[in-house]
Formats: sequence, C-alpha cells, structure tokens
Amino acid sequence: MSYLPKSPWLVHYDASSCNGCDIEVLACLTPLYDVERFGVLNIGNPKHADIFVVTGSVNEQNKSVIKNIYDQMADPKVVVAVGACATSGGVFRECYNVQGGVDKVIPVDVYVPGCAARPEAIIDGVVQALGVLEEKYKNMGKVAK
Amino acid sequence: MSGMNALLAVILYIVLAPIIGGLISGVDRKISARMQGRYGPPILQPFYDVFKLMAKQNIVVNKHQKFYILCFLIFVIITGAIFFAGGDLLLAIFALTLASVFFIVAAYSTYSPYAYIGAEREMLQIMAYEPMVILTVVGMYMVTKSFNVIDIATYDQPLLFSLPGIFLGFLFILTIKFRKSPFDISMSHHAHQEIVRGVITEFSGKELAMIEIAHWYENVFLLGIVCLFFASNPIIAIILALLTYFLEIFIDNNNSRLKWQSTLGSAWIVALILGVGNIAFLALL
Repeated sequence: MSYLPKSPWLVHYDASSCNGCDIEVLACLTPLYDVERFGVLNIGNPKHADIFVVTGSVNEQNKSVIKNIYDQMADPKVVVAVGACATSGGVFRECYNVQGGVDKVIPVDVYVPGCAARPEAIIDGVVQALGVLEEKYKNMGKVAK
Repeated sequence: MSGMNALLAVILYIVLAPIIGGLISGVDRKISARMQGRYGPPILQPFYDVFKLMAKQNIVVNKHQKFYILCFLIFVIITGAIFFAGGDLLLAIFALTLASVFFIVAAYSTYSPYAYIGAEREMLQIMAYEPMVILTVVGMYMVTKSFNVIDIATYDQPLLFSLPGIFLGFLFILTIKFRKSPFDISMSHHAHQEIVRGVITEFSGKELAMIEIAHWYENVFLLGIVCLFFASNPIIAIILALLTYFLEIFIDNNNSRLKWQSTLGSAWIVALILGVGNIAFLALL
C-alpha cells in the first residue's frame, strides 16, 4: 500500500469551459464539501500534482496546453474529465473549432458526467481516480523491477 | 554541557524534530481549517504528503539541484544540532543563513522564470528578517554575556523581562520565517495561490519531500529560540512557544499577502524600533 490515496494533490485546467464546472470544482474546496479532509489540495503546479482535473472541451488553442500540463506531471498520474464538455465535447462537439472530449489529446482515467457536474459527483470521481492512481503506482513498480 | 549529554541532545533532536515538526504542521493545518469553518485534514496529513512525495517519480531539471537541496537539508539539521548541543547561537544563525542560500541557489539552478521570481522574493525575505535575528542574538548576549546556548538557557532570570522589545520583534519576523501571511511572499505551506508555486515550483518528488522535512527541522529550531526567552522554566517556555505558534496561525488566517515592499519596510522598522530600542535601553542601564 502506498500513501498516494491519502494525499492526492490536483491541478485544475479550464479548457474552454463555460465556467459552470469550474465553479463546481471550486465549490468542493468550500467549507460545505471541504475536500482537504481527504488530503486533497488544489496545488496549481503540474509538477507537484497527482490528479489532473480538466473541464471543458478541447480545441486547437488549448490542446497543446493540455498536453504540456500532462507531460509535466510526475508519475503516477491520473486524469479526471469533469463535465459533459470534457468527457465528449458536450453541446459544442459539432462546432468547427472543437475537437471533442479531453480523451482526444491525453488518456483519461475517470469521466465525471453532468452539466454542470455536481460537487458530489466530482468528489466521487476524484475518489475513483485514487483507485486508478494506486493501480498505476503498483504497475510503475513492476516496470522498474 | 558535557560531551556525552550534547551528543545525546543532538541525536534526540535529529530523531524527534521531524516528528514534532510534522505534528505541529498537521495541527497547524487542522486549526487553520477550523478557523475557516472547514473540517480539515487528519493531524498526520503532512506525513502522508511526505511519504507520497517519496513514492513519486523524480523530475530533475538540472542535475545539480539535488545536491543543493541535500545541502539545504543538511545545513538546517546542523543549525539545530549546534543549537540543541548548547553551542554558539551566532554560529547556528549563520548555518541557517547558509542553508537558505543553498535553497535559493537550488531554485536559480533550474533556470525557470517562476523559480527565479520565487528565489528573488526569498532573498528579499532574508533581507527582511536577518537584521532582527542578529539583534535577537546580540540582545541575548548583552543580558547573559555569552553567545553559548547552554549559558543563555541556564541564565537564572527569564530573558523575556529584560528583552520584551526583542521578543516582540522576533515574533514579527517569525511570521516571515514560518512562511505565514501577510509575509509569505516566496512560498506558502497552505493552498495559497502564487506565481505558480514560488521558489519550490521546479522541485518534485523526493526533493520536495526533503524541503518539507527541512522546514520541520527549521520550525523546531525557531520554536527553540522562542523557548530561550523563558528558559529558566521549561514548562512555561514550551507553553510560550506553542502560544507563539498559535498566534502565527491566527495572523495567517486573518491577513492577505502584502507586497514585498511592505514586508521589507515593516520588518526593518520593527527591527529598528523594537530591536535597536531594546538594545539601546540595555546599554544605557
């Protein structure tokens, strides 16, 4: 067992989101939900983060940014796509500039649906991501050995 | 202190300081959360964080940065070792400054613009607190006629009564040393946003864990200095140190961050009025 699930630090990126999901992500930090009781910190630096939370759909402008943030994160890392736009492109998927969900650019581990996704759903998604994180850590050890 | 006792004190410090420092940091996060109306993380959360960072992949921007961070940790430990062995207080302060210099050099060695800004702000912090730290040591010397911690600690009267100004001035710069608002201009321990992550932006994995452990050692050393002000009664001294830390948490949660100009200016004004004033008063007596 590692200590990864007890101290997940997350970095949040707003990829052309309407800010609905972003406000719900920030709501998780407020006294009502207080994700810090699980050790979750919104760290704001990809090099320190374990979980990459993306809201909004992918377009030509932000796809390099998403890829860059993902590449800067230290292994083991997981990606949580929050909201309808991040999971599939949502109502914007037919737009000429929108490529679709986050999984068009980077591998996504957990999809959190909803428009906007509710704080309870986001917390549930992060908790599911912790299981994936632990699994990735075990596999990381196997490759190293 | 005899050689054997000094050695025992150093070993106890090296083993216990990270445990005490980590617990203080955990209680700090809990109290901060309660002050903000949140439930807060478990008391052992800082230990979970450090163990997790140990397990993470280590991304190194410049291979020398590992050496500098190791030196930072080692010199912080040496600082505390000199202090708790009853050695020269002035030497301990200089060792701590050297440790800070290694920390800044480590940040500069990464060539990252964010770490550069953090390192420059860290240097401004050193400029802000260093005069008051030196004045504290000078004040202790003027009362006890010795720079040795063992002589200061066994002085028969509490230093607090002859050095009230210096104590208040030291409390003021402790806010900078503990990296608390309003003076956490280079980095902060809580989830405060800054220019990415300030001076620690480019450190990840084991290096970040080492920086965290170094801060635990440093905090125990700084609280040790607070204890010196009431060293004739150890129980009151420890209560004084804990009250000091609680006051710092209270200040942290009631202030937003100031600009570096205010940090530098206010720290020097406090050092001039409270520090120099106290020393001048002692000299005239």
